[in-house]
Amino acid sequence: MNKSDLVAALAQQADLPQRKSEDIVNLVFETMGKALLGGDRIEIRGFGSFTVKEYDGYTGRNPKTGDRISVKAKRLPFFKTGKELKEKVDEAV
Amino acid sequence: MTLTKADIAKKIADDCGFMKGEATEIVEKLLDIIKQRLIAGEDVMISGFGKWTVKSKHSRRGRNPQTGEELILDARKVVTWKYSPVLKKAVNSSLSK
Repeated sequence: MNKSDLVAALAQQADLPQRKSEDIVNLVFETMGKALLGGDRIEIRGFGSFTVKEYDGYTGRNPKTGDRISVKAKRLPFFKTGKELKEKVDEAV
Repeated sequence: MTLTKADIAKKIADDCGFMKGEATEIVEKLLDIIKQRLIAGEDVMISGFGKWTVKSKHSRRGRNPQTGEELILDARKVVTWKYSPVLKKAVNSSLSK
């Protein structure tokens, strides 16, 4: 499923015009993206949570050539599956 | 700070002209659609945000780390999520270079 499938499914299930459904889907993921960008967590009961992990920069080596390279500090978002979703996905055959 | 379902619903209500109750219902439905697809074993990809994938894990021999007892961990299905390159870039944009 991609974003346009989600827009179509939401329009149908929530009885919304396609255009409105699209605005909502975009706004939901934009809101979530902004929270992560600001370093905030997202917690959705029964679904899962998102966190942003911070990594310090370090000096590493290119394993092939042995050259020293500096790896910059970075942030990466992670998702942890919620209990309900985790159980249901595993139970489904 | 933590963003919750209620915060997302409020944003929908404020920006798209819904009552709070309606907005909450819409957000619930949206999340439910994603959940149902994942339960059906389907991947869900939202461009610019990320992709959820259902992975099948084989059964394996494991150990209870507390007792050291050996046990068989059954085959199972898990949901993983990978950020989109666009989101990764956005999350890192505020870092000083």
